[in-house]
Amino acid sequence: MSFETITAFLAMGGYATYVFASYGLTALTLGGLLLAESRRHRAWLQRQGARRRSEEA
Amino acid sequence: MWRWFHQWGSPKFFYHRSGALIPVLALASGLILGAGVFWGLLIAPADYQQGESVRIMYVHVPAAILAQSSYAMMAVMALISLIWRLKIADAAVQTVAPIGACITLLALATGSLWGKPMWGTYWVWDARLTSTLILFFLFAGVLALRNAAGQSQTAGRAASVLAVIGLLNLPIIKYSVDWWFTLHQPASFTLTDRPAMPFSMWGPLLMMVVGFYAWFFLAWLIRLRHELVKRERRSDWVQQMMKQ
Repeated sequence: MSFETITAFLAMGGYATYVFASYGLTALTLGGLLLAESRRHRAWLQRQGARRRSEEA
Repeated sequence: MWRWFHQWGSPKFFYHRSGALIPVLALASGLILGAGVFWGLLIAPADYQQGESVRIMYVHVPAAILAQSSYAMMAVMALISLIWRLKIADAAVQTVAPIGACITLLALATGSLWGKPMWGTYWVWDARLTSTLILFFLFAGVLALRNAAGQSQTAGRAASVLAVIGLLNLPIIKYSVDWWFTLHQPASFTLTDRPAMPFSMWGPLLMMVVGFYAWFFLAWLIRLRHELVKRERRSDWVQQMMKQ
């Protein structure tokens, strides 16, 4: 481990704002894009299914 | 070779075969990125000059590498779409562009967050930063052209032409740090030379690069499969699939 205490880790040598903002932004971008893509596909499939059912009814 | 090319060029074949890759890529990207973040954030040493701020490198460099290679991939697909008129290549261009644009923005944003403590400013109009901003505009331009005039073939061809022309920007980004005086440091990785940094630093960096690529192919595959089903919704194979 590069840090001896959790406080040292959280302080990041005085660069905590920049380091954690970078990682947070990355997690938000990568996670958000995947979630949005999956939801979009699922919603589209549901809409198509509903349309098909209403046509058949 | 040509048989393989034609098989994978068929939307139906591609959709059915590529589905199996999604769980594999999801697992691989989750594990590799998780391990890479742990290694880069907790185990890798601080830099003797930049201190702990160097940990931004483990997200900034993979984002920058992925931004450029996703553009190269989009341009190759655009060329294939222009020459062979493959439907799947046109769909690939349309689906890579938004992901590439987001990753380029991420590279710019993390670069700014690294620049502030190191250079004293979030942004400077130097060659590397400006050419990367142009890369973002190229992605946005391709996306805007592709979505202009609905889903017409003309819009597809115009977007493909722009994507191919935009390839000229990639060597400018790569060599901008050599051709001009810039604040930006030289490349962290090259394919020919040994890394200047120790393994304890390039190990997690390489892991993050691999993780970013796995994530990219996962996100792109989900988007491309969605686009293919949407485009082919009136075909028999999609109708059949919807029934099940």
